[in-house]
Amino acid sequence: MKPAPFNYIAASSLAHALSLKAEHGDEARFLAGGQSLIPAMNFRLARPAVLIDINGVGHLAGVDRSNRAEIRIGALTRYRDLERDGDFLKACSLFADALPHIAHPQIRNRGTIGGNLSHADPASELPAIAVAMEATMRIKSATGERQMAASEFFVGVLSTDLQAHEMLVEIAFPTPKPRTGACFMEVARRRGDFALVGIAVVMTLDDARRCSTVRLALCGVGETAVDVSKVAFPLIGQSCTTETIEAVAAGVRDAIAPSGNVHASADYQRHIAGVLAVRAISAAHQRVRHAA
Amino acid sequence: MQPDHHDIELKVNGTTHRRGVESRMLLSDFLRHELLLAGTHVGCEHGVCGACTILVNGAPVRSCLMLAAQANGQQLSTVEGLANDTGELHPVQQAMHDHHGLQCGYCTPGILMTMTAFLKENPAPSEEEVREALSGNLCRCTGYQNIVDAMMAAAQAMRAAAS
Repeated sequence: MKPAPFNYIAASSLAHALSLKAEHGDEARFLAGGQSLIPAMNFRLARPAVLIDINGVGHLAGVDRSNRAEIRIGALTRYRDLERDGDFLKACSLFADALPHIAHPQIRNRGTIGGNLSHADPASELPAIAVAMEATMRIKSATGERQMAASEFFVGVLSTDLQAHEMLVEIAFPTPKPRTGACFMEVARRRGDFALVGIAVVMTLDDARRCSTVRLALCGVGETAVDVSKVAFPLIGQSCTTETIEAVAAGVRDAIAPSGNVHASADYQRHIAGVLAVRAISAAHQRVRHAA
Repeated sequence: MQPDHHDIELKVNGTTHRRGVESRMLLSDFLRHELLLAGTHVGCEHGVCGACTILVNGAPVRSCLMLAAQANGQQLSTVEGLANDTGELHPVQQAMHDHHGLQCGYCTPGILMTMTAFLKENPAPSEEEVREALSGNLCRCTGYQNIVDAMMAAAQAMRAAAS
């Protein structure tokens, strides 16, 4: 229950952190909030030779809304900072719904957005939110930078497209269009536990209050966040009614292939996904109507 | 691998300490073994139980999920700093005593640190908010009811003292 030995280096700048990562590659891990990495190290499931602490690196944390088209979140932004940012929560209501489900306040005081997304736990809320909101992941290395869609970033259980020399530095969420409603819901065994199933819904209505776009993503039911937006396409151009929403929920149940675990059988997960789909789509729809 | 050492300086309950620590030393172990502040308890060592909760710059965190090296330059508060110099208990400690909010006491330091920070931020919480704030600290003895009662009473006592 103690970490294996490693070298600890507190990076003094982003350039310093990236050059260390370029030098040590897969042997090194970035230490941000440490709320997933340090437990893994305490269990010796992770044994990095070098730990590059980025907590002292400036300009990696914070919410930037200066560009009206997107909301940019620095990778080192902590959950708790977002929880206390009323303007941000209003703009990204999925976060307002999801943040209280992420572990406990003590964990949210340390855990970071970039660390969570780079860790890519399939039961985590944020990858599903990033996929549902069609976020852009901005990635840097000592030699360059690139960006990619959240849907391509997550490649498997605890696995992303990040290369050994790269760091996720910023996540950009498109500013929600007018008449957009969103909702995140999950079921967990206990408050703060890993989600058995979670669902993120983003829906935009047109002038006639018909659905014009809809995005659906789930966590906890696959190797990564699962994008099931396609099953909601029949809603487009339609009004949301009990029947149309129930039809989408049936599609969600069929579209996923959860593996089941000690807390929930695959059938139970599939059932819950359908129940949450009905509730979350209805809630997102209600929220647009109230906002519009 | 050769263990690497780091010289750190930090403040705990207002007192400055300087030590050399190995990289892999957890902050919880540093407090207990190096500073001999054994009031911070170590339960699960992976962030679940909350027994090791301390305040770093005023915010409750798991000390088992931080490295001692990361506490360099930070201000820490532990359960040893709650009572005042004359031994008078903090209102939250007094309320736990009065309401029988502990049995074995293993979880108590973490609960005290979590809840003193919570009540500072939210001096007039509802019972539901107290339960939510307590959700990150496991207690296997009490069933929580007496802890909740203690926190409601502590909040009231602290409000009365402030007015």
